[in-house]
Amino acid sequence: MKEIKFYRVVVFVNSIVPLALIAWDWYHKQLGVNPVEFLTRTTGMLTLIFLAITLGVTPLRKVTSLQWLIQFRRMVGLFAFFYGFLHLTTYIWFDRSFNLKSTAADIYQRPFIAIGMLSFFLMIPLAITSTKGWIKRIGGKRWARLHKLVYVSAIGGVVHFWMLVKSDIRLPIKFAFVIAVLLGSRFVISNMKKKPPARVITPTA
Amino acid sequence: MLIKKPADIKSSEITDKKLYLARRTFMQGAALVATTAATGYLYRYLNPPTLPRVEGEKIKDIVKSTPDDAAATGFTVNEKLTSFDDITNYNNFYEFTTDKRDVARVSRGFKSRPWTVSVEGLVNKPKTFDIDDLLKLAPQEERIYRHRCVEGWSMVIPWVGFPLLRLLNEVEPNSSARYVAFETLYDPKRFPEQSGGTLDWPYVEGLRLDEAMHPLAILATGLYDEQLPAQDGAPVRLVVPWKYGFKSIKSIVKIRLVKDQPKTTWNIAAPNEYGFYSNVNPEVDHPRWSQARETRIGEYGKRDTLLFNGYAEQVGRLYEGMDLRANF
Repeated sequence: MKEIKFYRVVVFVNSIVPLALIAWDWYHKQLGVNPVEFLTRTTGMLTLIFLAITLGVTPLRKVTSLQWLIQFRRMVGLFAFFYGFLHLTTYIWFDRSFNLKSTAADIYQRPFIAIGMLSFFLMIPLAITSTKGWIKRIGGKRWARLHKLVYVSAIGGVVHFWMLVKSDIRLPIKFAFVIAVLLGSRFVISNMKKKPPARVITPTA
Repeated sequence: MLIKKPADIKSSEITDKKLYLARRTFMQGAALVATTAATGYLYRYLNPPTLPRVEGEKIKDIVKSTPDDAAATGFTVNEKLTSFDDITNYNNFYEFTTDKRDVARVSRGFKSRPWTVSVEGLVNKPKTFDIDDLLKLAPQEERIYRHRCVEGWSMVIPWVGFPLLRLLNEVEPNSSARYVAFETLYDPKRFPEQSGGTLDWPYVEGLRLDEAMHPLAILATGLYDEQLPAQDGAPVRLVVPWKYGFKSIKSIVKIRLVKDQPKTTWNIAAPNEYGFYSNVNPEVDHPRWSQARETRIGEYGKRDTLLFNGYAEQVGRLYEGMDLRANF
């Protein structure tokens, strides 16, 4: 359908807007006082935002019955992966200067780095198997089960964020709340489905 | 026979297919532009650019130090100064907001006059100083210090101020005084975050008396020859350059000489992460991150963190025989 194609363009363009603005600000030296910290924080935040949007597609589709929403889920999920990749890159590049040994030591010493790393690596198989070809190869049910790993990534991402803040946990709490609602709604929706259909009393008069 | 029925709508009234498609393309283009602009606006709203600089009042008759002082006294360092804009747009001042980039905006209009600082406790001559009297207590000196934040970034800041020991000598600590406790103003109307529970308010800090009497420990009242901007702790703050930045308490209203080691805010918040001493030490990591290296604001990449932030020569003797790992 042509319309869907167009809306995909809209979603795509909107998703790269933050990246475009970051690049613009970088070029114009406007990333602020501590550009590396800004880059790391912003790409991390974007990863969580896109993970939340990805997780929001299914509940929203079920609640609104707008089936076509599913058409955007892969793209949004891949953007979560993409921003996660940028986040990891800024860390390895600026914080570790591409020193793999010190990166490994850092992962070993700091649980919040290890959790963030794990959350990202769990997204790799999901990104690879996101194509139609892979869905066929794996089989729809197994593919869906595999892609439940995104729940772990999202929870891990929030925990990673929560563990690194010094004392102001309000923002991590907000992310945790959103992710919890999105995961909880799946449980509620699937439970509603399992229930036998309620008897419908039709008015006769 | 075929009877031709005239169409309900004249062919002249049917929108031309080309025009219809053009209109659709236009609408789609408009939708694309509008959503993109909205997303861009949202990003800018969440990451606002810095506000233009406010000129502060100039401080007169500042005693400047010479480059030769660097090695001997530590009163200056021969390193590139961090810019005024960077110093005043990247602040940890939780009383205003926990967003370092936003403190400059939130603190705008903060009134630091009238202001008094009361010095009390185990002293012979307790006294409440009006801020303007405090400024006349000793000549204003320029001190160019490294400033190392516990988060892993650092600056070089040209403070203006005077040694804390000048104030302490004025009030005469008695023989039982062993520590100095500091307190920030508590006023949720002026410090919006004090209404929340991010930290225990008011912010409190402390030094051992010999640390407080060290000539490097100053009460700063300005930077870059101007009166201290609100976001940097107006009107008066502590600066102890060999300790992590959070020890250098801002906007002080009370100084108390005490017998026992006073409570300190970050130690209350996370005792296993922030000790009473909090001396800069590349060998003693924060439980969640390394302290071996630091990002100097204005530079990419990292530089090595120095023991006591490079002031080991001057302050090392204060900690002789102490286990710095246990007394972090």
